Amino acid sequence: MSLLTDDQKMLQDTAAQLLAKEGSIAKQLRHLRDTGCSDGFGTGLWKQFGELGLAGMCIPEAQGGMGLGATEAALVLEEIGRNLTPSPFLTTAVAAARALAGSAQAERWFPGMIAGETVAALAIDEGPRHAPELIAMRAERQGNGFVLNGAKQFVLHGASADVILVAARTAGSPSETDGLTLFAVPRGAAGLAVENVTLADASKAARLTFDKVALDGDAVVGEVDGGWAPLSRALDAGRAGAAAELVGVAAGAATMTLDYLKQRKQFGKMIGEFQALQHRAAHLFGEIEIARAAALKAAELLDAGDANAERMVSVAKAKAVAAAALAVQEGVQMHGGIGMTDEHDIGLYMKREAVLAELFGDARFHRARAAQLSGY
Amino acid sequence: MADDSFRSETRVWLEAHCPAEMRVPMRSEKDACWGGRNWTFQSDAQRQWLEAMATRGWTVPDWPTDYGGGGLSPAESKVLKQEMAAIGARPPLTSFGISMLGPALLKFGSEAQKKTYLPQIARGEIRWCQGYSEPGAGSDLAGLQTKAEDRTDHFLVNGQKVWTSYADEADWIFSLVRTSTESKHKGISFLLFDMASPGVSTRPILLISGNSPFCETFFDDVKVPKDQLVGELNRGWDVAKYLLGHEREMISGMGLGGGGSLGSTIGPIDDPLLRAEIAAFDVDSLAFSAMSERFLDQLKAGEAHPAMPSMMKYAGTELNKRRHELVMAAGGSDALEWDSERSREGKTARDWLRTKANSIEGGTSEIQLNIVAKHILGLPGA
Repeated sequence: MSLLTDDQKMLQDTAAQLLAKEGSIAKQLRHLRDTGCSDGFGTGLWKQFGELGLAGMCIPEAQGGMGLGATEAALVLEEIGRNLTPSPFLTTAVAAARALAGSAQAERWFPGMIAGETVAALAIDEGPRHAPELIAMRAERQGNGFVLNGAKQFVLHGASADVILVAARTAGSPSETDGLTLFAVPRGAAGLAVENVTLADASKAARLTFDKVALDGDAVVGEVDGGWAPLSRALDAGRAGAAAELVGVAAGAATMTLDYLKQRKQFGKMIGEFQALQHRAAHLFGEIEIARAAALKAAELLDAGDANAERMVSVAKAKAVAAAALAVQEGVQMHGGIGMTDEHDIGLYMKREAVLAELFGDARFHRARAAQLSGY
Repeated sequence: MADDSFRSETRVWLEAHCPAEMRVPMRSEKDACWGGRNWTFQSDAQRQWLEAMATRGWTVPDWPTDYGGGGLSPAESKVLKQEMAAIGARPPLTSFGISMLGPALLKFGSEAQKKTYLPQIARGEIRWCQGYSEPGAGSDLAGLQTKAEDRTDHFLVNGQKVWTSYADEADWIFSLVRTSTESKHKGISFLLFDMASPGVSTRPILLISGNSPFCETFFDDVKVPKDQLVGELNRGWDVAKYLLGHEREMISGMGLGGGGSLGSTIGPIDDPLLRAEIAAFDVDSLAFSAMSERFLDQLKAGEAHPAMPSMMKYAGTELNKRRHELVMAAGGSDALEWDSERSREGKTARDWLRTKANSIEGGTSEIQLNIVAKHILGLPGA
């Protein structure tokens, strides 16, 4: 059944109210940006996520979380997207939580993650475009542990993170999925240089340089050479989550634009009376509805452990990127000149869309992946 | 929620009653079982399958049992659909009675009308066609002029309909007629009548596909008994709009294609640009499939906005046109053959051309966008 249960609707309402009130653009994004906050997100709100149980919602109940799935995460993420709330929820509570679940490292990090005190980041990309199969960064064995050398980029919240999950190669060569290992690298590890970079949307993504970073053997998440499994879990959850957040971004931008179409007057009437704009607004409405259905379907299949889940995740991410890109582009265009100003919020949607589109693979990456998973 | 026992019982019953021949995908609408007074079954299997399903009320699983339906809950209907899909079972009956008239009668028909017409539809005994469009009333459907005059004991119908699908093969017609000229929308009534009535004639229209699924239909002093009026006199537009919602819902199903990935039916695609286009299409297509499932669930739960069929119809038909453009591109010059046996008499090209009507029939894409803009987005003056 593709409809929400009563519990899910309740969670959706809770998230919608919380984020509209505490996560609004004025209270979070603009405030953090204009005060030069180095975290790029509000630690107070993250703590509140902890108090409400949201920060640990995807962590198994046995380990102190709420044991909820990708569908519930999607509901929260759509509200985060709608309000452009800067939050470590996607990387920490969704992606990292899935990677760590069941590993020895979970005990160390889950309590802080559940409390909304700990932030976890994912260090995967080594070039400007997402290509996790091509990871080249090396981790060499040394005694009981490993030594990491190399560089990572686009590590969201990397400079604020208490723990960074780093994918590195312990065997094999780039393009092989075997031979990767996932490491939990604590903040401040010796030899780790962190450049805190501000992105177009005012979020923070670190560039990391590893210069002989020595780790104990127990820093490994999952199996040595078997890092693709936890990495894939994190990526699937992260991609499905990013799709849901993009649906929220699209819906927020579309609502703002529709309001404007009903307010702005030219030629003596509301611009929303012009059919040239009405048809585009109606088309956009449909694309967002379809993207939401795809995102929820991907979450449903992930939660069910369905064999087609991976393909649907890619379909959802690609579709959500397309719908959100259309929403923000139409949004700025239909707002006219005012849409180009920093003072107006519509441009903030465009910038967040661009970052989320790139995160965990853009639309082209996911179209190609869906095609490959369909056997062509 | 449908429990597991319903699913397993359904599976066992389908396994026992669905003939093997009815588990082979249909090649076209021509393989469908349309039923009707003059229907000739294409095989024993087709007849057995219809009889087995109709006996159980499963040609219309969610209609009440009193009217020939299966009386299933929305969840049970969905299970039945899933289990039929799992074995590749064809629909036992394809009919405008099921997809269009039936839902309208259930909502607007009198008890006597429901008892008379619905069981016939469920059993495939009467084949219906739709008399909506006229030469002067296309997108502006409410501008229709076909006239029904009150002659005390009957209506006298005169006028012309066009794009009447399969009118030449249908037994009865549900038709919009003008019963008053005082109001455009509130002067329309919804009539049912026998196509064998004196004064009814049809003429097939040859389309760009070389086929003639549509007709012109002429009414010349056709007498229609008064009890064949559905709903109130002059309030037929309400019935018409409700029925159009169901028609659009049905047409949107074309967006599903086979339900899976187009690229996977083509296989490895050497041309990287064509592969990229097909991959982009597949994303839209698989996302639309998820939307379609969600929409139907919302509809059955009463949570769908009444104008959502317009969004679905628009998205589904535009997608289907794109699918066939890509099938043509992938087929290259093979796909252009029109009459060779190799091409099954130009099936690829004819199907491609047929899809161009998808975004016109049942209300054009532009009309659907108007409806979404006005009724869902609340934009003025659309």
